Amino acid sequence: MTELLGIPPQVLFGQVMLGLINGSFYALLSLGLAVIFGMLNVINFAHGALYMVGAFVAWMMLNYLGIGYWPSLILAPLVVGALGVVLERTMLARLYHLDHLYGLLLTFGLALIIEGLFRNAYGVSGTPYPIPQALSGGQNLGFMFLPNYRAWVVVAAVIVCFGTWFLIERTRIGSYLRAAVENQELVRAFGVNVPLLMTLAYGGAVALAGFAGVMAAPIYQVSPLMGQDIIIKVFAIVVIGGLGSIFGSMVTGLGVGVIEGMTKVFYPEASSVVVFVLMAIVLLVRPHGLFGRPRT
Amino acid sequence: MTIAKEDTGNMSTGQKLSHVLSDRRVQLAGFGLGIVLIAIAPFLGFYPIYLMKLLCFALFAFAFNLLLGFVGLLSFGHAAFFGMASYISAHAIKVWGFNPELGVAAGTLMACVLGAVFGSLAIRQRGIYFAMITLALAQMVYFFAVQAPFTHGEDGIQGVPRGELFGFIDLSQTMNLYYFVMAVFILGFFIIYRAIHSPFGQILKAVRENESRVTSLGYNVTALKVGAFTLSATITGLAGATKAVVFQSATLTDVHWSMSGEVVLMTLLGGMGTVLGPLFGAGIIVTLQDYLAGMGSWVTVITGSIFVICVLTFRRGVVGELARILKIQS
Repeated sequence: MTELLGIPPQVLFGQVMLGLINGSFYALLSLGLAVIFGMLNVINFAHGALYMVGAFVAWMMLNYLGIGYWPSLILAPLVVGALGVVLERTMLARLYHLDHLYGLLLTFGLALIIEGLFRNAYGVSGTPYPIPQALSGGQNLGFMFLPNYRAWVVVAAVIVCFGTWFLIERTRIGSYLRAAVENQELVRAFGVNVPLLMTLAYGGAVALAGFAGVMAAPIYQVSPLMGQDIIIKVFAIVVIGGLGSIFGSMVTGLGVGVIEGMTKVFYPEASSVVVFVLMAIVLLVRPHGLFGRPRT
Repeated sequence: MTIAKEDTGNMSTGQKLSHVLSDRRVQLAGFGLGIVLIAIAPFLGFYPIYLMKLLCFALFAFAFNLLLGFVGLLSFGHAAFFGMASYISAHAIKVWGFNPELGVAAGTLMACVLGAVFGSLAIRQRGIYFAMITLALAQMVYFFAVQAPFTHGEDGIQGVPRGELFGFIDLSQTMNLYYFVMAVFILGFFIIYRAIHSPFGQILKAVRENESRVTSLGYNVTALKVGAFTLSATITGLAGATKAVVFQSATLTDVHWSMSGEVVLMTLLGGMGTVLGPLFGAGIIVTLQDYLAGMGSWVTVITGSIFVICVLTFRRGVVGELARILKIQS
């Protein structure tokens, strides 16, 4: 087997694959953030915590109720989504008439509460979640070994992102959503229940985070800290892509994941900061992000 | 010198009080009283170490409030300046054998440079974007602190000698150290106070109220904001560097984003945009943390709960709400 750039291909493709997987989670999370920001004008700091809750709900279902991976993939996002609906109705909804920064502060507080509660209950070491039977094993592609579960994660993330895109861009409820982003008053005047729409948008977006959490459970350890560092990376990704488009957040998420993977091969020391360096560069060149429109 | 007699006949008590409080001499007397209180606090049964921690965090919160309360910029990355300054100051004193005052100066300078760089990157954006960018930039600094050899990763820099101030004041004596911290605090506070009450500060407030109007008056708003950001970062660094001398260590805690969140909470709780709010906010949080030190993760839950309650119920903070009740212009 020939070498590419002095790196064995297994290593290179392996890292690109890992990057694609991380990128899938980035994409799912930044997609949710973009939806929430578009509808509610709130940056949801609790997004990482809710992603962690999704993973934990799946883990609890397995350990306490014996419910396996596949039902969890549906049930856990529903639980997280319901939690999101409650949070939006009882707290966030009271802040819409204020400066947007209060939403950020509130969700920051919520993230602390949620993470603190789980740390009390489960410590910080994390617990493993088994890979579902149907997806164990892998394929030998000749130039690399591809575990089935990882391939599934990338495919599922792309399908879910596409589904969300379809829902927002091609359906009636999506058109209401987009119209409400443009001009709430007018949509309300047409008799659309905008507050309900906002609640649904928040619930749906955090359900996506919960879904990402369930998918992440077998790959990473299920730990109360799993949402902490990913959320800041996702913030940087949101800045890189701009909060402009769903498509943009998907592409940016996957792209940043791959770039991170490549960095691990060529310059491992920088792999944890490469996202932020990218962000700084993008800010200098295109202040409103790659896919964003300048906001007034 | 006589004070011009004002017609205070038909004013409410609150208005009268506000009137008296806005008098410069009354304010100066207030500061004098504050300085005396800080100076004698150790003799009133307060723990000097606790007081020094409080002063460092109060200064940190003052510096942060300069941005949030007076320019309307929410930075979520101030831990970068606080933590990095404490690393540099600890390293300079321990490894390069700097005197404490030079060590603190080195840390402060580092924060100043970092602040200028971050400021020029982040200031192009407003509101939420600004918060996210500062957070991400600070996370970069955090990872640098995790990986750089001189910070010793998880262990941090430990056992920093307190040394001798100006070569002859022994800082290992607790009271000497205490008055050094007090001097730093007063210096930092006055720099911020002067900045707020100068033409520069007035323009900053105008930027908060109506940015485009300030631009149309011919001011370079970007430069003003970067200046305010750098000043805030510098004083934050001064607080962090001093904290390293007090605790004889610099650790990852000071540079992690939860520290950024903590200072946001202190300011919010005390009252953003009030002069003394951050002091009260820092006091409440530091006391709470000392009090709950044995409770592990519950501290996080309680901190988060205070955040949520603050945002939902009293957004003006303790000082802000008091001022509203007494109808005082804070």
